[in-house]
Amino acid sequence: MRPKIRVDHLSFYYGDKQALFDISMEIRERQITALIGPSGCGKSTFLRCLNRMNDTIPGTRLEGRVLLDGQDVYAPGTDVVDLRRRVGMVFQRPNPFPQSIFDNVAFGPRVLGLCRGRDELEEVVERSLRDVRLWDEVKDNLKQDALSLSLGQQQRLCIARVIAVQPEVILMDEPCSALDPIVTLGIEELMKRLREQYTIVIVTHNMQQAARVSDWTGFFWLGRLVEMGPTGDVFTRPQQKLTEDYITGRAG
Amino acid sequence: MNRRYLVQRVGFALLGLAALLVVVPILLVVGTIIARGAAAVNWEFLTAMPRDGMKAGGILPAIVGTLLLTLGTALAAIPVGVGGAIYLAEYARDTWLTRLIRLAIINLAGIPSVVYGLFGLGLFVLFLQFGTSILAGSLTLAIMTLPVIISTAEEALRAVPTEFRTVILSLGGTRWQAVRYVVLPQAMPGIITGVILGLLRAAGETAPILFTVAAFYLPRLPRSPFDPTMALPYHLYVISTQVPGMPEEIKYGTALVLLALVLSMNVVATLIRSYYRRRREW
Repeated sequence: MRPKIRVDHLSFYYGDKQALFDISMEIRERQITALIGPSGCGKSTFLRCLNRMNDTIPGTRLEGRVLLDGQDVYAPGTDVVDLRRRVGMVFQRPNPFPQSIFDNVAFGPRVLGLCRGRDELEEVVERSLRDVRLWDEVKDNLKQDALSLSLGQQQRLCIARVIAVQPEVILMDEPCSALDPIVTLGIEELMKRLREQYTIVIVTHNMQQAARVSDWTGFFWLGRLVEMGPTGDVFTRPQQKLTEDYITGRAG
Repeated sequence: MNRRYLVQRVGFALLGLAALLVVVPILLVVGTIIARGAAAVNWEFLTAMPRDGMKAGGILPAIVGTLLLTLGTALAAIPVGVGGAIYLAEYARDTWLTRLIRLAIINLAGIPSVVYGLFGLGLFVLFLQFGTSILAGSLTLAIMTLPVIISTAEEALRAVPTEFRTVILSLGGTRWQAVRYVVLPQAMPGIITGVILGLLRAAGETAPILFTVAAFYLPRLPRSPFDPTMALPYHLYVISTQVPGMPEEIKYGTALVLLALVLSMNVVATLIRSYYRRRREW
C-alpha cells in the first residue's frame, strides 16, 4: 500500500532547542497510525509538523521533508490553507466555538467557501454529524449552543467540524484525554469507522488505546522515533529494548 | 470570645467602613446636584436657547454640542482604536516598532487633558485650519480617548482563548477569518465597554475643548462640522465662574443634565457587558 504521508529525515527546533531528531516514517492511507511515548517526547510536535501548525509559533525551524501524496508540504509556494483543509486536526480538549451546533460544523465550509447555497451547506452539516453519529442526538436542536453538549458530544462535534471540510487526513492530538472511559470507547469506535474514508494519525499516551484502535504504532522517545511497525508487532514483539521497557511499564 | 475572632471582627468592620467611604462622595455629589438642580430641569431648559446672558432660557445648544462632539469622537476614535487593538493583539510580533507603539499608548494615557487642548489648538485649529470647530474638538477628544479604547480592546481580544484561533487555522481558515468570525464577536462586549468608557470621559472633559471648539455663548445650533458649538462641561464652567449673578439652580441643573447624560451611557455599558457575560461560558 502506498504511503499517504512520507516523512524524510525530519528535524525540528524550538529556537536553539532541538525537539525532533531525524525522523523518517511512512503513514499508510486509510489506516490508523498511533504515536506513543512519554510526555514531552515530541509526538505532538511531530503531529503538528504534518499540517504545518508549528508555523504559527515564532522562532521554530524545520529540516527534512514531509510529503503528502508525494508533494513536499514545506516546498515554497505551498498553499498552507489548502494543506490544512486536506490535513485536519482534532485537539486534546473539546473546543467547539461558542456558537450553535450548526454554525460549528458549518464553520469550515463557510470560511473556505466550499458550499454553494444554504441547501448544500445543510447537507454537508447533516452528513458530517451523521458520520460522527451525533445527528440523531442533535438534529432537533441544531440552533442550540454547542457548549451545552456533553464533553463527549463536544468532541464528536469537533470531529464533525473537521470532516465537514472533507479532509484526507485527520490528525488527533490525544483526543480522549479529557473524556471518561465510556465516552473514550465511543470515540474509538468512531475512529475505526472513519478509517474507511480517512487516514488517521493519533497521538496518545494511553498504550491500551493505541493497541485497541491502531494499525500502526510508532514509539517516540526524547525526540527520536525509536521503533515503528504494525501495532501487533510493536506490542508483542518489540525490536528495541527501550520500546519493550516502555510498553511493559519499566520506562517512561 | 476568643481574641482572634475579636481581632477579625474589628478588622472586617474597619475594612467595611473603608469600602463604605467610597460610596459616600458619590451619593453626596449625586444627591446635592439632584436636590439643587432638579427644579431647574424642565422641558424648556432642555429644548430652548439660552436668554438674558444665559441667566434664563435653556441649554439646548450645549446639550446638542456635547452629543455631536461625542459622536464625532466616536467616529474618529473607534475605527482607529479598535483597528489598532486588533493589530496589536492579533498580528503584531514583539519588535521595536510594536514596543514603540505600546510606549506611545501608555504615555498618551498619561498626558494631562489641558495639554491635549493646546495640542489640538496647534494642530487642528491653526495648522490644519479647521478653526474653532466641532471637527477640531472631536479629533482632539478622539486622540485623548484612543489609549483607553486601544488598551481595553486589546485586553478583551487577548482574553479570547488562543485555542479558537488555532482551531480556525487548523481548519484552513486565515488569521483574519479567525478574528472576523470568532475572536471579534467574543471580544465585542469588552470592546464596547471600553469604547463607551472612553467616550464617557471625552463627553465630560472641559480642557481639550476649551481652545478647540467650545463657544462661550452661541445661542444657535451648529450647522456644519466646521462650526464652533457650546458644550455642557464648558458651559458649566462658564456659568459657574465667568458670569456674575448666575442663578444657582441653573448651574446645578446644567450639572444634573451632564451627569445624567454620562451616567446613562455608563448604565448602557454595564447592561451590554452583563448581557454578553451571561451568554459566555468558557
